[in-house]
Amino acid sequence: MGRVWKFGDDIDTDAIIPGRFLTIYDPKELASHAFEGTRDEFAKEARQGDIIVAGRNFGCGSSREHAPIALKGAGIEFVVAKSFARIFYRNAINTGILPVVCEHTDEISDGKQASVNLKESYIESEGRIYPLDPIPEFMMKIVEAGGLVEYAKKR
Amino acid sequence: MGYTISEKIFSSHCKKECSAGEVVMAPVDGAMIHDITGPLAINVFKEMEGSKVFDPKKVIMLFDHQIPADSISAAKNHVMMREFAKEQGIFNYDIKEGVCHQVVPEKGRVKPGDIIVGSDSHTCAYGALGAFSTGIGSTDMAYVLKFGELYFRIPETIKIDANGKFQDRVGPKDLILNLAGDIGADGATYRALEFCGSAFSDMDIPGRMTCSNMAIEMGAKAGIVPPDKKTWEYLKGRCDCEQFSLSSDSDAKFFEERSYDVSEINPKVAVPHNVDNVVDVSEVAGKHIDQVFIGSCTNGRYEDFAEAAGVLGDNKFADDVRVIIVPASKDEYMKVLRAGLIEKFVEAGALVEAPCCGPCMGGAFGLLAPGEVSLSTSNRNFKGRQGSTEAFVYLSSPATAAASAIKGVITDPREV
Repeated sequence: MGRVWKFGDDIDTDAIIPGRFLTIYDPKELASHAFEGTRDEFAKEARQGDIIVAGRNFGCGSSREHAPIALKGAGIEFVVAKSFARIFYRNAINTGILPVVCEHTDEISDGKQASVNLKESYIESEGRIYPLDPIPEFMMKIVEAGGLVEYAKKR
Repeated sequence: MGYTISEKIFSSHCKKECSAGEVVMAPVDGAMIHDITGPLAINVFKEMEGSKVFDPKKVIMLFDHQIPADSISAAKNHVMMREFAKEQGIFNYDIKEGVCHQVVPEKGRVKPGDIIVGSDSHTCAYGALGAFSTGIGSTDMAYVLKFGELYFRIPETIKIDANGKFQDRVGPKDLILNLAGDIGADGATYRALEFCGSAFSDMDIPGRMTCSNMAIEMGAKAGIVPPDKKTWEYLKGRCDCEQFSLSSDSDAKFFEERSYDVSEINPKVAVPHNVDNVVDVSEVAGKHIDQVFIGSCTNGRYEDFAEAAGVLGDNKFADDVRVIIVPASKDEYMKVLRAGLIEKFVEAGALVEAPCCGPCMGGAFGLLAPGEVSLSTSNRNFKGRQGSTEAFVYLSSPATAAASAIKGVITDPREV
């Protein structure tokens, strides 16, 4: 259960973490600059377990893995969006944030509480349940291994 | 049933017949890391208990985003990467050569039919030479450094069939911006673009690089031009490879096909804050600009500067516009220098910087203040991309950038 941070379409990785902070690698420090200049309250108020709910093409643009790391550092565990940009999607899986596709994100409100049930594939908010698309099988293998680093170690 | 170029490249690498939609583990022919995403990839490589990279000769290392080091933290990252290169026997181009997507092809590190990955989203640029190249994150890169292979979902292909002749002072950048406007920022997500037709066969390699570079701005995984005489000509003396033919079969299955007559395309700009927010220059003509940047992996080659210089003629740049010119590599810089263009730009009022990414990603220099407007030949105009989130970035061709820099307002290059 966590607070919903609602975003629109085409949220790019420059917005998630601006270019001038890319020499930083520490998740907490990156998190302190997440959405700087576009949504300053995020870095101050986001808590462990919060959920980003967004529109289409979340994470478009640069391949910077600093973007999912910053979100993870801020406590985000799930990003639920109508669709994801390809590189962000893989980076998120690899760094341990789960990107999940849901067509109904327009119906979920900012600032409300929500929870994701991955096993039964739904997100619940304000007493309503919205179905999630399943995570592709080969990505799930990486998730189940505990991320790509663990997957690589076991290989 | 026939195969697309992407399917053929994966089939030859995986040594089995591969079709779009399949997930495969494929070996890579090259892996590029730079100063922004490289340190993270190296750290994760170590976390993965990596000791030796899969093949030091296939790892391409260079620094381009924050060079010469613009902060102590950037300098420390450079040191860390240098040490890794030394320890692993990787040749490091360091800060000496320029922007990755110009240097990799220029140094013969890519050839038709290759699979190349880079921890930079514009790695799709090498499709200009008929390679399947794509951008990946640092953790995927760490996996590649360790094992020399990576999971790929073989993409469906959108075929772009562009024919006709460009109008004077209209070119590849206007075409690719036009495509981004049509296809949209996510219209090609998980797909490969294939650039076909006489407009592409007539286009020189630098123009093809401009187009392939921006495939990612439509979400595409790759942007491939079938290799032809011009490709092999470009590769001569750069890389040791036998000529062969590579094209999609006539009965290949495309996800979508789009046709364009490039003679109908007018000069284009992407207006803030999305790359697919594309209009004719005439729609925003007269808009005051504070800064013009001509350079980047998209438009930082000799041909781009020659085009800009042609538009400049004997004019000067407007007094209230800061013009920043950055050739994409040392070789391009030398070509521009020898042609006398640096002197011409400097005398017209521009600053000419050494090869690097420059103001494109809002890191090293040339950042914008709140309320300022920039016209840039680079590839992204996201909010905050070049500095303040309250600044405005427009994207255009070098010709439009030069015309606008002369007038101090956004200007159609055909009217100068």
